[in-house]
Amino acid sequence: MPVAMPQADETVLARRAEIVAALQRIVPGEGVIALEHAMRPYESDGLTAYRQLPMVVVLPETTEQVAAVLTYCHREGIKVVPRGAGTSLSGGALPLGDGVLLGMAKFNRIREIDFDNRVAIVEPGVTNLAVSQAVEHAGFYYAPDPSSQIACTIGGNVAENSGGVHCLKYGVTTNNVLGCELVLITGEIVRLGGRHLDSGGYDLLGIVTGSEGMLGVVTEVTVRILKKPETARAALVGFASSEDAGDCVGRIIGAGIIPGGMEMMDRPAIHAAEEFVHAGYPLDVEALLIVELDGPRAEVDHLLERVQDIARQCRAVTYRVSNSEEERLLFWAGRKAAFPAVGRISPDYYCMDGTIPRAKLPLVLRRTQEMSAKYGLRVANVFHAGDGNLHPLILYDANKPGELERAEAFGADILRLCVEVGGVLTGEHGVGVEKRDLMPAMFSESDLNQQQRVKCAFDDRGLLNPGKVFPTLHRCAELGRVHVHAGQVAFPDIPRF
Amino acid sequence: MYHTLKPRDAAEVEQAIQWALAGGKTLELVGRGSKRAIGRAAQWDATLDLSGLSGVTLYEPAELVLSAKAGTPLAEIEALVARSGQELAFEPMDYGSLLGTAATGGTIGGALAANLSGPRRLKAGAARDHFLGVSAVSGRGETFKSGGRVVKNVTGYDLCKLLAGSWGTLAAMTEVTLKTPPRAETEETVFALNLDDVTASKLMTTTVGSAADVSAAAHLPAPVAARIAAITAAGGAATAFRLEGVAPSIAHRKAVLEKLAAPFGTLGTLGEAPSRALWRAVRDIAPFAAAGPAGERCVWRISTAPSRGAEVGHALIDRAEAEIMYDWGGGLVWAALPATDDAGAQLVRSTVAAVGGYATLIRAPAAVRAAIDVFEPEPAALAALTKRVRESFDPRGVLNAGRMWAGV
Repeated sequence: MPVAMPQADETVLARRAEIVAALQRIVPGEGVIALEHAMRPYESDGLTAYRQLPMVVVLPETTEQVAAVLTYCHREGIKVVPRGAGTSLSGGALPLGDGVLLGMAKFNRIREIDFDNRVAIVEPGVTNLAVSQAVEHAGFYYAPDPSSQIACTIGGNVAENSGGVHCLKYGVTTNNVLGCELVLITGEIVRLGGRHLDSGGYDLLGIVTGSEGMLGVVTEVTVRILKKPETARAALVGFASSEDAGDCVGRIIGAGIIPGGMEMMDRPAIHAAEEFVHAGYPLDVEALLIVELDGPRAEVDHLLERVQDIARQCRAVTYRVSNSEEERLLFWAGRKAAFPAVGRISPDYYCMDGTIPRAKLPLVLRRTQEMSAKYGLRVANVFHAGDGNLHPLILYDANKPGELERAEAFGADILRLCVEVGGVLTGEHGVGVEKRDLMPAMFSESDLNQQQRVKCAFDDRGLLNPGKVFPTLHRCAELGRVHVHAGQVAFPDIPRF
Repeated sequence: MYHTLKPRDAAEVEQAIQWALAGGKTLELVGRGSKRAIGRAAQWDATLDLSGLSGVTLYEPAELVLSAKAGTPLAEIEALVARSGQELAFEPMDYGSLLGTAATGGTIGGALAANLSGPRRLKAGAARDHFLGVSAVSGRGETFKSGGRVVKNVTGYDLCKLLAGSWGTLAAMTEVTLKTPPRAETEETVFALNLDDVTASKLMTTTVGSAADVSAAAHLPAPVAARIAAITAAGGAATAFRLEGVAPSIAHRKAVLEKLAAPFGTLGTLGEAPSRALWRAVRDIAPFAAAGPAGERCVWRISTAPSRGAEVGHALIDRAEAEIMYDWGGGLVWAALPATDDAGAQLVRSTVAAVGGYATLIRAPAAVRAAIDVFEPEPAALAALTKRVRESFDPRGVLNAGRMWAGV
């Protein structure tokens, strides 16, 4: 494993039998899994290159059980890794050999749908898609739609602050969550937010969202539900160069149009997707844009005319607008199948997730191609063009010695490039273990120290999901010290102010 | 001797906070002072005036992003982005008329520290939702940054969320980055006349959750509506809905809205200019202006579940002769209570506790704000967590100590 995880605590491992028995008293029946073959499904998440069997798996069913498990682990100094559906692409739910893997799958009920206040109150193990399905009979939906939405859970979405293809217009998880019940590592249960907007104190819900399971365990979530747009139509626009496509994206947004979704694919991604799903994509273009507008029909048609004008000005070589719901879904089918499609043309692929200022796209694509030649690995690009979130797919073969390591090095170079051009290491997949050691490319020690101090405010013993996000773990006591540089102060007694 | 420290750049902000740490002093953080009268009345040893950190440092309209030093006047930023057809979509309210200070007085740092929003909150979010990145100096006198300049970013913890609404108790922001979405091409308002609060609440519930896609929904009971010039002519209570977008879309959604609202009674409309004037008055709570008839009253801002807003309003009207106006489809209740020693806190707090949400005392004499909780008191475990979060940034309690809660 290329990323070093925290040293296993031998004194904890020596007590394994006693710990399992104690956990069984809290979660009786089949809720504690300690046999190796039964724990095997939990050894990795969506980042399958990393594997580690946990010490024990616990599947609680009630908030009280979660609180009791955490109280026990806190008292005994045992690490805990929370897990939703295990779809993380950054190793956020990678177990620890001396830790409890706390699976939230049994929290799978939708507790309440409150159409008057436009919220759904759900347990964290409910899948993202199930929320939309539960409210669609009334014409509502839950807006964030990560591509794993059929499997990924709301609890995991909160932990990762998940996005999807509609973020530019409708926001990511943090903009669509109103409240949660959170169990702290001490076993204390706190409620953040509710059916109302914003917080009367600090926005703790805002810091918990996207904290990768390191601040607490979410046992209930209140999400906003929105009225479904009346209609949606998509335009499929081909370009002879990624520069032209990038120019078109910038001009659409510059014209004040915020599409519901705006996706770009490069030539290798277009070809892989077309061969897989036959979406009717043009094969003689270098870049393909899907621009989807949603809202009332009159608005959609009006804006599509403007989009067509802009596309023409940007030298589009093909332009098609969906004339039926089937056609719109077909346009999307290729994009949505882009990952598995690439999986068909390569034994393995490694999906990256940087975000860049949109205008830097042609530069980043060009440099990525140069790196592709340097590393001797092919790359296909899909891009949430509206919000600048780039997903390069690096093609490799894990059975060829050294290829995985080359793919990882290539990926790290792409992410450093994203930061260099003003972007960030991860747009929606999270830092996890995967990008942990790249954090210094974006943050100074002082930046990371302040983040870790917030972690200490929630978890002073560092027991919740340690080894993720931060490249260097500091003890809270050490981070807590105040360093006064009295000698260097420029306002000794401030007369000049 | 009382000092005002006015740093000229981020490095001097760090030095100023180091000075306070070294001398065991507390600092009051001030931008241009427009919201200075909000919060617990407390004493500080010196003022840290951040208005010297001014100027837009980056604006790229095609990327929908702007960075500015934290002391940049909000009005300057709003004027700049308007020239590119953009806006701060969270529609930051201006507390000037409510507090009796100068209008358009605040800074961008202050807007974020107070997590300002406006009527569009229910569709576009609050300041927190548009706050992409920050550089700041913590109460430890250490400079740190968080976030970035792109809209989709999950790299590390989202410290911007914590700073939004922290009222300067965690860090002194020095530079901030925000989204600048396109501004709607035009707008129109549809209103229903003379509904009581409960009926108005039902109408708002129906319309906000409809394909009319309103960007604001407010109910202005008769005494309040009478103080807003744009709607006075209607001659009674007004329940108003704003439609924004391109003209063909507004025409369509207006028809949807009118069909939903017709059974509730007489409807009226306001074209673009009066519509803008109306929503500016709602945003800034003009009916409770310090210079107006409610000027002597204490003003509470209450966020609750939209369907429970009218219940809160009625309890306060019945038991304290409150004046009430509703925004956010009923989820934001502004209550002006007669001035008393506790500003009606006991009643307000128990009423809100019964329905869920929180209340903040926005306007009251300093003596009242020194005597009672201004921000919503938190249950023990949450209050302890809040205190630990505060200490993670500012363990010595240097920055705005006691402004949110005693001891925090």
